[in-house]
Amino acid sequence: MNLRALSVSEQVALLFVIVFGVLLAATLAWTLLSLREMPDDSKARHERFGRDLRALWIGAVLFWLSWMSGAIGAVLLFGIVSFLALREFITLMHTRRGDHRGLLIAFFAVLPIQFAIAGGRWFDLLTVFIPVYVFLAIPVISALAGDPQRFLERNAKIQWGIMVCVYGLSHAPALLLLEFSGYDGRGAFLLFFLVVVCACAQIVQEGMSRRFRGVPAARHIDRSFSARGWVIGVAVAGVVGAALYWITPFKPFQAFVLAAVAGGAGTLGELVMRALKRDAGVASWGNARALTGAVGLLDRIAPLAFAAPIFFHLTRWYFRV
Amino acid sequence: MTRADAFGFLLTFVARLITGAQGHWKGCPPKAEQRIYFANHQSHFDWVLIWAALPRELRASTRPIAARDYWTATPLKHWITREVFHAVYVSRTRTDDEDPLQPLADALTHGDSLAIFPEGTRSNKGEPQPFKSGLYHLAQQFPQVQLIPTWIDNVQRVMPKGEVVPVPILCTVTFGAPLQRVDGEDKGAFLERARSAVIALRPPTT
Repeated sequence: MNLRALSVSEQVALLFVIVFGVLLAATLAWTLLSLREMPDDSKARHERFGRDLRALWIGAVLFWLSWMSGAIGAVLLFGIVSFLALREFITLMHTRRGDHRGLLIAFFAVLPIQFAIAGGRWFDLLTVFIPVYVFLAIPVISALAGDPQRFLERNAKIQWGIMVCVYGLSHAPALLLLEFSGYDGRGAFLLFFLVVVCACAQIVQEGMSRRFRGVPAARHIDRSFSARGWVIGVAVAGVVGAALYWITPFKPFQAFVLAAVAGGAGTLGELVMRALKRDAGVASWGNARALTGAVGLLDRIAPLAFAAPIFFHLTRWYFRV
Repeated sequence: MTRADAFGFLLTFVARLITGAQGHWKGCPPKAEQRIYFANHQSHFDWVLIWAALPRELRASTRPIAARDYWTATPLKHWITREVFHAVYVSRTRTDDEDPLQPLADALTHGDSLAIFPEGTRSNKGEPQPFKSGLYHLAQQFPQVQLIPTWIDNVQRVMPKGEVVPVPILCTVTFGAPLQRVDGEDKGAFLERARSAVIALRPPTT
């Protein structure tokens, strides 16, 4: 079968059929396995895998919906995810009374404007709106609230939340909407490419670090993160990316480099998120014990939130789109 | 679906979107038994949170207390408290011939559940203030009604006193085990025990 002979929408449809087919097979296998008796430790692993599988399902359905519903739908869906992620982030930061107005601006002005910019394909504005304009606006509002206590710390937290949850995630619908000449209507592949290479880098990095018991690069932050594991993860992401070059507008080598960079950025972003969690005193954003009601959304989106802006910028810069 | 139902539905949706409004049933299951939920009070949003955290079938029979002078002042306030929440109105000014708890007693006799904030006013000191005696009298009069201590967490960050627009931050409502009656316990001891039962539900700060 010659894939190139298919029309664009047929190729996209094929992509989704494959994605959902793989997920379905994995879920079936998982369900069959859960019928079996097993010792406690592998049972825990089994359940963890089940949770990851559910998250993958949600991600895949979200991806499909955002593709189906076009620009507006994609922007809305990722906007909602961004809202929920920011809500989770702010919950775990200890904000004070004086932050109220700043937070309102973050949730109800910055977030919708940023996603509207993404939806309108004003990509030059997309990359500067938050780092340049919002960077000034938030501390001004905070200063006007008149609370000098821990001023820098409080503002830094809000800015950080906005950068990760809003700025980072807004690049996902932007990728869907990016227009290459001769690559019309295939933005879904670009986002799919990014998610797959990030996931590969993540899985391989963790697996390798655990298997070879490499020296942890930062013991107090993440025991399973080692330099060797990371390099292998990045390399695998590059190879997978190169193997997937045919769904992208890139040549194989370009795909290799971009995938390696995206995979590296995603895994490093995950490390940063873990450091943040240690600082906030939670083991996982969705810690059931913490009683905050956080659902662990931040854990899932962290690699994407860090990798998407870099991937987006490199793509636009190198290919001048 | 009536207009009041639709509005109630919208309100729970907004409350869920803004705060998550997660109910943690730690000491009792969410059952349709007659209950008095008594909670800490930090914001105007408290009642909506309890309401949104309750399962849908319990919402109609669980009623809040509203100050008559404030909540009947405008047609909108009156409509919301009467039609959406089925609030029990109490007057804040005490007249000689009237027991201020009478409307609550009527509601309980009628078989409804109540949600009350025994501090009487909103506090933002972290610890709840001493409880007012209404809870004690209701507990005496209606020994068959379960008393459920309730802790509402984080809501002061959602809407601090004086602000009108809520910030999206996750909140939880924790429902504890029913407070046992102790024979011969005096009012002060009972109220103090009730207050510590509420405080005991506070999630450990990390």
